[in-house]
Amino acid sequence: MKTKIIDRSNCRPVITQAGNSVALKTGSWRSLEPVLLKENCTNCLLCWLYCPDMSVIVRDGKVEGFDMDYCKGCGICALECPGKKGQKAIRMRKEEKE
Amino acid sequence: MKKKIAVTGNEALAEALRQINPDVCAAYPITPQTDMMQRFSEFVADGLVDTELMLVESEHSAMSACIGASAGGGRVATATSGPGLALMWEMLYVASGMRCPIVMPVINRALSAPLNIHCDHSDAMGARDSGWIQLWSENAQEAYDNMIMAFRIAEHTDIRLPVMVCMDGFIISHSLGIMEFLADDVVRKFIRKFTPHEALLDINHPVSYGPLIVTDQYHEYKNAQNNIMSEVFDVASDVAAEFENISGRRYGFFETYKLEDAEIGIVILNSAAGTCKDMIDEARREGIKIGLLKPRLFRPFPYEMIAAALSHLKVICVLDRSDSFGAHAPLFVEIATSLYNCKQRPVLINRIYGLGGRDFMPEHVSGVINEMIDIAGKKIEIIPKKYISLRK
Repeated sequence: MKTKIIDRSNCRPVITQAGNSVALKTGSWRSLEPVLLKENCTNCLLCWLYCPDMSVIVRDGKVEGFDMDYCKGCGICALECPGKKGQKAIRMRKEEKE
Repeated sequence: MKKKIAVTGNEALAEALRQINPDVCAAYPITPQTDMMQRFSEFVADGLVDTELMLVESEHSAMSACIGASAGGGRVATATSGPGLALMWEMLYVASGMRCPIVMPVINRALSAPLNIHCDHSDAMGARDSGWIQLWSENAQEAYDNMIMAFRIAEHTDIRLPVMVCMDGFIISHSLGIMEFLADDVVRKFIRKFTPHEALLDINHPVSYGPLIVTDQYHEYKNAQNNIMSEVFDVASDVAAEFENISGRRYGFFETYKLEDAEIGIVILNSAAGTCKDMIDEARREGIKIGLLKPRLFRPFPYEMIAAALSHLKVICVLDRSDSFGAHAPLFVEIATSLYNCKQRPVLINRIYGLGGRDFMPEHVSGVINEMIDIAGKKIEIIPKKYISLRK
């Protein structure tokens, strides 16, 4: 979202557009990113349940990936993931940024 | 001929509030403001105004309720004094930051400790950086006039900032003085109908107040607030010109008294200026070329205009009714800042008077006049800051 720089014409802490928070991406300060290893995923959805944001994308009861516009890279999903036979389905890796 | 009557400062301001008839008034009693709000509460009880008078549990709540009512879309007023203003401190910045055009008489009173209910400017001076416009008043007439003009300045679409109208506690608030009121319909016409702006209660246009602005734009926001403040000069000027048409009374950003040909001068706020003017008349009869400058608009502060009015003087005594302990007092600092860029600068001295209601007597004015004469004649050493009228 292109942010309008505040000047005297809009110097008022008022939000006039309802629901405009969808326009604000908050994942920019992530340093670790989650990686999904589908072969180890049982779709138990604990990652979806534990995600403090709404960044685990689930469709038809199956984990599809992560919404990187909002994922902060906290790693809770990877920590909680029980995986399959002791092999985690989510691991965190250092994110390479351009 | 206009009818002149004798009223106290508090009566004058309560009457102004009755004529203005604000939508909401949230207040908490504190001496010496109590008497004014008590009078206004009688107007509410008697049905003379439509105001929703909210009786809250503290000044912090009073200002919070005013901010809510103002954001809600109402014309809002309150009043306070001394420690009451201090307790509002957090919410003062919210009122100005949220662009709430609240008008608040501040009946100047000392801050504790030691406990003291009498006149002192420490309260309003403590709030001078809060983003509120400040108008100062010498007597009941000026306070009444400032109060009516304050609504027009505060509610101007380019401004929309809160205004404090400062008036000396007890000396003016509880003393009878002669003044004239404007007619109710003249006041109502002058202040105009209130137009809310992005009102919370406008349910067809929902808005959210008070979201977080962090490092990305807070700095720009404050710059914008500062820019808006600097537009107050033009608005205050226009409002004063219009006010002169209905009242015959002219108000500038400051008042000068016999300053044009003066060699020495006094700068002082509010009621004590009256005593000084009398003593200036007396000194003038003895051939002493002395004048006075009394600021009215203290925030924003008209630096260039004040410099132009004062720079020809040889010596200036800035008399402060508040102090910044271990530093120069607030009014002195502004006057010194005004004059710093002038090629020719007067000698400046700072004298602290009247704290906690200590009487400011004619002999105290004579004392500073004599001191300035001696400094101009290079007879004595310059002491930059000193308390006067101390007991011996």
